[in-house]
Amino acid sequence: MLSSESLIQIDREVAKYPPNNKQSAVMSALRIAQIEKGWLAPETIEFVATYLEIPAIAAWEVATFYNMYELKPVGKYKLTVCTNLPCSLMGAQSVVEYLQDKLGIGFNETTSDGKFTLKMSECMGSCGEGPLLTINNHKMRVQLTPAKIDEILAGLE
Amino acid sequence: MANEVIFHSIHLPESWKLENYLKTGGYDALKKVIAEKIPAEEIIAQVKTSALRGRGGAGFPTGLKWSFMPRQFPGDKYVVCNTDEGEPGTFKDKDIVRFNPHQLIEGMIIAGYTLGATAGYNYIHGEIFECYERFEAALDEARAANLLGKNILGSGWDFDIHAHHGYGAYVCGEETALLESIEGKKGQPRFKPPFPASFGLYGKPTTINNTETLASIPYIVKHGGQKFLELGKPNNGGTKIFSVSGHVNKPGNYEIGMGTPFKDLLEMAGGVRDGHKLKAVIPGGSSVPVVPAEIMMDLTMDYDSIAKAGSMLGAGSVIVMDETVCMVKALERLSYFYFEESCGQCTPCREGTGWLYRVVQRIEHGEGRQEDLDLLDSVAGNIMGRTICALGDAAAMPVQGMLKHYRDEFEYHSKHKKCMVSGV
Ligand SMILES: Cc1cc2nc3c(=O)[nH]c(=O)nc-3n(C[C@H](O)[C@H](O)[C@H](O)COP(=O)(O)O)c2cc1C
Repeated sequence: MLSSESLIQIDREVAKYPPNNKQSAVMSALRIAQIEKGWLAPETIEFVATYLEIPAIAAWEVATFYNMYELKPVGKYKLTVCTNLPCSLMGAQSVVEYLQDKLGIGFNETTSDGKFTLKMSECMGSCGEGPLLTINNHKMRVQLTPAKIDEILAGLE
Repeated sequence: MANEVIFHSIHLPESWKLENYLKTGGYDALKKVIAEKIPAEEIIAQVKTSALRGRGGAGFPTGLKWSFMPRQFPGDKYVVCNTDEGEPGTFKDKDIVRFNPHQLIEGMIIAGYTLGATAGYNYIHGEIFECYERFEAALDEARAANLLGKNILGSGWDFDIHAHHGYGAYVCGEETALLESIEGKKGQPRFKPPFPASFGLYGKPTTINNTETLASIPYIVKHGGQKFLELGKPNNGGTKIFSVSGHVNKPGNYEIGMGTPFKDLLEMAGGVRDGHKLKAVIPGGSSVPVVPAEIMMDLTMDYDSIAKAGSMLGAGSVIVMDETVCMVKALERLSYFYFEESCGQCTPCREGTGWLYRVVQRIEHGEGRQEDLDLLDSVAGNIMGRTICALGDAAAMPVQGMLKHYRDEFEYHSKHKKCMVSGV
């Protein structure tokens, strides 16, 4: 169900914890699975649970608790904008408006070509460089301006 | 005194590389501890002298916390570093991991040695994945140089550190939720007692400290607790990193002595953005009560001074707001945050944060009712102190602070169905 590269990465995570505590690796295993699949389908979550030898419900609890897991398909690029107070003071609202205009979608929507999904998020712990967004959770782009957003979008194939 | 303890090498190119950390005296403290076999009691005594207080928000004296750890207890024991920085306005730990990861690693190793720990974990906030990767690379460098892992520097002592990546849950910054999360569970805080020093990660004795707290340890070991203390003021030792965001010309992190006047910090951050006037400051992250400009301009940046003004230094996260800010709107956004992030375990927080958000929202949107301000007071008061962890208090305190200082703006919104600040 997951590629052997993903499984190697998961094994590396499992090795970080004491023996008999494979469950500790469930967060990273789900992250690795999501990178490979784009989102977490029920069978992916259950595969991860079986692989780590934990009850399926234990993996479900984690997948549904943490905000960065996607339980429904998203576009090829998920753009997540922080809208919390510090970022808002620093212009997050105009970033959101610019993105919504340009992509023609609102929050939690995907463009019709399946390329972009737009999300809002809570604090990303980088307020000094706001306004900011992440691309597929893991790449952060900071000090956004319309020109910079254009450049970012153009760079996403 | 700026950048004395933690950001001392931040100006160097690739300051995060081991070779560059070593050039600035990095790992000297660890080498000294191992070569001189400094007893744990002696290190704890120095940390106590330093008056280092936990930088994660609560300000608990670190030396005292370390003395609770049952070092002689047989079996596994853990040191856990809290880099789950998700409190709006806080972004200092990110820069420590990004620019000086080895000082944090050195601090964690010394903590592990002092506390008799067998392993360490660093829990890193979800969205800063690039910092997580950098931290892992630094761990690899340290292992390759025998500073970490088996038989550290030939001492016969084994200690390893691993990074654990969060995936988006503010509550996991709370130390026992964080432990649950490392165990691979949803992040719901544990009831205390038992405290982590007796029942922590995997049920073993555990000490949890903030990133900045642990990164301060090498300095204290190298220069002595007294020197660290003197960088700050009594009971508030050392330098502190202040994260300044919002309406300033130069947002960013500023490492300065504890007790520095707020107006000096504001000046370092370039002052209030062009042509605007300071209205208010949230001095310690979104969870602490707001302080109006007139009061703030007379305060110094340390735990005791900010507490006297009815707020908290928290993690040193300074959110600056100018005269264009509507306090109702600001509170609406913060209340949404706590509503969204409540883990749902305790009824007062799960239900109360929803009430707070919905009531502030209707006031902001011109649907406020006469009784709403009393209702907010009552809901906030009924959350305070009635939950397992402090997320409930964190949701209530901003509401109480706003109503204390800016009640007129809330009343105006309710009565006139428009904003006192913008007029619309
Ligand atoms: C809701 C909540 C969020 C917290 N978030 C953090 C955090 O992101 N980083 C942190 O170091 N401490 C955070 N804390 C405080 C921790 O529980 C704990 O006090 C701290 O990590 C201890 O380290 P210190 O003594 O070095 O400050 C949070 C507490 C609560 C209640």
